[in-house]
Amino acid sequence: METPAPALFLLGASHHTAPLAVREKLSLDAARVTALAERLRQVSGVREFALLNTCNRVEIYGVAAETGVLTGLRRALGDITGCTPEEIDAVCRQQHNHEAIAHLFEVAAGLDSQIVGEAEILGQVKDAYAAAQEHRWTGPVLNRVFQKTFQAAKHIRSSTAIGQGQISVASVAVDLAGKIFGDLAPTRVLVVGAGDIGLKTVQAFQSRGAGSITVASRTLAKAEEAAAVAGGWAASMAELPEVLATADIVASSTSSPGLIITRDLTTTAMKHRPGRPLFLIDLALPRDIEPTAATLPNVYLYNLDDLARIAEDNLAHRQAEVAKCRAILAERTAALWPQIAPYLSAGSNGRDPV
Amino acid sequence: MSSLFTDRFCLWLGALLYLAGFASGCLALIRKSQTGGGRTILNTLLAGGFFFQVTGLYIRGMATGGCPLGNPFELFQFVAWSAMVLYFVVGPAFRVSLLGLFTAGYAAGLALLSLLIPEWDAVRGQKIFGNNPWIELHAALAVFSYGVFGILALTSFMHLLQNWSLKNKRLDGLFWFLPSVVQLDQINRRLLLAGVTLLTIALGVGARYWVTAPDSVNVAKLLITVGVWFTYLLVLVLRWRGRLVSTRFTWTCIVLFLAAMMSLGPVNANRHRPSIPLVH
Repeated sequence: METPAPALFLLGASHHTAPLAVREKLSLDAARVTALAERLRQVSGVREFALLNTCNRVEIYGVAAETGVLTGLRRALGDITGCTPEEIDAVCRQQHNHEAIAHLFEVAAGLDSQIVGEAEILGQVKDAYAAAQEHRWTGPVLNRVFQKTFQAAKHIRSSTAIGQGQISVASVAVDLAGKIFGDLAPTRVLVVGAGDIGLKTVQAFQSRGAGSITVASRTLAKAEEAAAVAGGWAASMAELPEVLATADIVASSTSSPGLIITRDLTTTAMKHRPGRPLFLIDLALPRDIEPTAATLPNVYLYNLDDLARIAEDNLAHRQAEVAKCRAILAERTAALWPQIAPYLSAGSNGRDPV
Repeated sequence: MSSLFTDRFCLWLGALLYLAGFASGCLALIRKSQTGGGRTILNTLLAGGFFFQVTGLYIRGMATGGCPLGNPFELFQFVAWSAMVLYFVVGPAFRVSLLGLFTAGYAAGLALLSLLIPEWDAVRGQKIFGNNPWIELHAALAVFSYGVFGILALTSFMHLLQNWSLKNKRLDGLFWFLPSVVQLDQINRRLLLAGVTLLTIALGVGARYWVTAPDSVNVAKLLITVGVWFTYLLVLVLRWRGRLVSTRFTWTCIVLFLAAMMSLGPVNANRHRPSIPLVH
């Protein structure tokens, strides 16, 4: 009788296979990750495993003595998450050997992410591998597969345009500021209007190291409150001409029916700052900034439509790169598989065959 | 074989390698890749081109017994060489994305133009420096400052492109890789200051010789050279005082450099020394 061959496997669900309601159930907190790992250790025939648990996916990568072992894993996943066997069967993807490697490569490179090309997933895969290594859940197969995964993901990010261009309005605005000012540390950001969208933009600029933040609002108390949250200064609307002259980046998002920053006001501000560019971001509807201010030298004006269009273009560019990335990853998978296969041959005990 | 290895042959090789560097940079750009590999290929081609250009200029210098600045061909080659020196020496400090690509195109353009117009190298001034090392230094520094102004024109052009892309909301392709407006403006100011300083020193050295022998320098050459220096100095002052900024400043730098390059012909023609035909 032929001995069943061990297999590298992937078992799990993501936003591609599971609706939000099921993903909520599948989502694992730290305690449930530990509990699931403990269950997996007890499943007979599981030689190695690693758990990738993010807001959009729960995936188990492992090496099993034979593929029949996966029935036990499905049961364990259902028990820990509270999903019924039917739900697990409906949403769980199961892949083996080089298909599982190809999937992990695509996940780490951001091709399988909800926001195509996002970089955060690579860090999450690294964390998942680090945790598995720390607990000695991995062995020679997964160690090699994960190391090669990180190399492949880095190669994809550096040699293709998959990660280029931001795809949220606030991040696009920050990217544009980088195109104008380069280093954002010495820049001064002025937020006109203390609404949600303005504060989100402030947070985006702060995360990229923008220098000082000033919040101007019709109500000084509101401005002070928002400035306290942002760790910046407050100003009243009456002070707008002065603060405009000293600001480098202005994000305006008031609910005013009329213009807040006129061309004349901008012209006056630019006279006080010759040679220094001014980046105006109009996030309001109706618009706060007079469109003709864009014709002034050294003034760059972007409104909501402009930012949204750039975000859409960036997303389209990323999606156009996916086929190219997949071709590169397919080559890498094909190159890796012969290194892994000897560990998975019939009769192998999972140790280094050399 | 040795007769083939002439100054012009080396200069042709240098120019073609610069062109190859420009082509490789464009290719990398089309592939949307600014990776280390692309830059290494570009820089290797430019280093090769620089080596052959230096060899060609050295052979020419040894044959003429001085710095090869005796006709428009040599002047253009020297300006292209100066730009490449600047790219290799100060380029890494500036860390300007795409500067290598633009410098490659610029140096290839100047070098090929000089090689493709045989009349520019038909005759050259005889003992143009009169065996006076100070005059040679004056000329070399002056032409080197033109190299600085050339790079300034390039970075000004990059500034115009970046400004256009930001104003028109076109941020794809080449524009994605351009340096920021502020970074380009800072570099422009430094290059302008460096160019004016070099030209001032060059004119200072020349003036030291001129006061002892006023008749030795043609008035037209003197007026053109001082005119170029004064205009650049004026631009520097206006920029520092914030009176000439943004695209007006960058357009001025480009137009001024083109005018300065066009003035090289009349300056060279107005040297008082007799010219001799060159035999290649």
